[in-house]
Amino acid sequence: MSERIVRVASAQGFWGDSLDAPRRQVEGGPIDFLMLDYLAEVTMSILQKQKERDPAMGYARDFLGAVESVLPAVAERGVRIVANAGGVNPHGCADAVRAVLAKGGASAVKVGVVTGDDLLPRLDDLLRDGHALSNMDTGAALETVRDRVLSANAYLGSGPIVKALAGGAQIVITGRSTDTALTMAPLRHAFGWKDGDWDRLAAGIIAGHIIECGAQCSGGNCLYDWRNIPNLADVGYPIVEGRADGTFTVTKHPGTGGVVSVHSITEQLLYEMGDPTSYITPDVVADFTSIRLEQEGPDRVRVFGIKGRPATDKLKVSIAYKSGYKAVGTLVYSWPDALEKAQLADRILRERLDRLGLRFDTILTEFVGVSAAHGPLTPATDAPEVQLRVGVRGDDRRMVERFTREIAPLVLNGPPSVTGFAGGRPKVEEIVAYWPALIDTRVIQPKVEVR
Amino acid sequence: MRVRLVDIAHARSGDKGDTANVGVIALKPEWFPVIEREVTLRAVSGHFRNVITGKVERFVLPNLNALNFLLHGALDGGGTLSLKTDAQGKVFSTALLRMTIEVPDDEARRLGMPAAAAR
Repeated sequence: MSERIVRVASAQGFWGDSLDAPRRQVEGGPIDFLMLDYLAEVTMSILQKQKERDPAMGYARDFLGAVESVLPAVAERGVRIVANAGGVNPHGCADAVRAVLAKGGASAVKVGVVTGDDLLPRLDDLLRDGHALSNMDTGAALETVRDRVLSANAYLGSGPIVKALAGGAQIVITGRSTDTALTMAPLRHAFGWKDGDWDRLAAGIIAGHIIECGAQCSGGNCLYDWRNIPNLADVGYPIVEGRADGTFTVTKHPGTGGVVSVHSITEQLLYEMGDPTSYITPDVVADFTSIRLEQEGPDRVRVFGIKGRPATDKLKVSIAYKSGYKAVGTLVYSWPDALEKAQLADRILRERLDRLGLRFDTILTEFVGVSAAHGPLTPATDAPEVQLRVGVRGDDRRMVERFTREIAPLVLNGPPSVTGFAGGRPKVEEIVAYWPALIDTRVIQPKVEVR
Repeated sequence: MRVRLVDIAHARSGDKGDTANVGVIALKPEWFPVIEREVTLRAVSGHFRNVITGKVERFVLPNLNALNFLLHGALDGGGTLSLKTDAQGKVFSTALLRMTIEVPDDEARRLGMPAAAAR
């Protein structure tokens, strides 16, 4: 008898990723689970704002189109879906998904909903009970921004997703789960991994880390030999072929573009990496220095040797709060002396802002085409053209608004050879900033509902 | 001889708040010991001294022929606060690859490392 393989296919690396990826993953070959990651750090706050305007909103609406596009595979082939599309309104998301299922004649498909991550209604109680929710980066107490908090969510682990799958859910919708749990949970469910199976749980987490950014491990954004990565127009999204012992193979559907190599996987393993010996999740602490990679065939990388340790007694909390306003304006200056012209325009602009009495926390100037990417590390060149890019940030919205009126005049009353202003006045954006914190795991009770 | 990191390594970077991380990976496994020896905390801190406001941390992943660097204070506050084009530190990877290192001639020849072009 051949060894049992469970296939988890990544079909969304962030909210805004390719709309076709889910359908291509179910049509391209056999898979068991479709994994969709929609939530970046600041996405929750955007969703919270949407929910404030309309209580039925607050989830990743793209997910409805994704479900619709793969409905035959779900209803007829039994492909199961795990997604953190629920945002700040997982039940609202589930209701909308059920409407899609009903319309497609698939009302029998069970939907599981994971909640319990939303701490906003409990925030003052938690603070009163001594949970400081201090900023992990700065150490500042949450009280300093309490009145500006828009959302607060604990990162949940694999447990509630496994429970939903065990309860028969064919589509599992979560709010703020860890990205990696979306991949680990299906493997854990399929193979019955328990608390204490630290190495296997860690392997599932690392499988999740590899595929949570979609095609970024299968040829997308890959620096290694990038000219020779074939057919990125039809890039294959990654698939984890998991085995009961915790080893797994990363691959993609045959005939698709991109590449799955030791190089492409190594680049993704290092993405957003901190201390590699301690990759902390709610389920397990994974050790990235234990990972072994082996090219076992074309577009097939075997991953093995992974070690894990028990989880900590804390969960990470992502808090979003209002933090002033910003705007960015740009103009393009051409040869000859493009950089000098842009530099003069910057000096003139700053002098005018000063004369107007405008004060900002930060004014940042970049010269795109010369030094925006690498700053002072860039060698001098006679650039054929330079984009002047000036941004301001501050608490006073009117001052930021006034700044946006000072860019276009430079076209007629500043240095010569200037263009690229057709986009109009810059937009003022309200800043929603990110506040990472920790909370005791024991005060978070995830809830699971399957129907 | 001088060797450009871009000729012997590839890299990927990402962000966590106001910190950028850069993973540097040897293009060939036999080049990793040289990279581990020469791409030190001190060298990388010096390379980025006018670019970031915080300190640098360094981690070694011998299993992946890779080093990981954390560059603190790299992103003008990071995330949505940042006014930078590269608010999420995506191209700090190639910024690190601008480094050059000194490798003894015989070692560089034996390992087939390309010399940096004279400027």
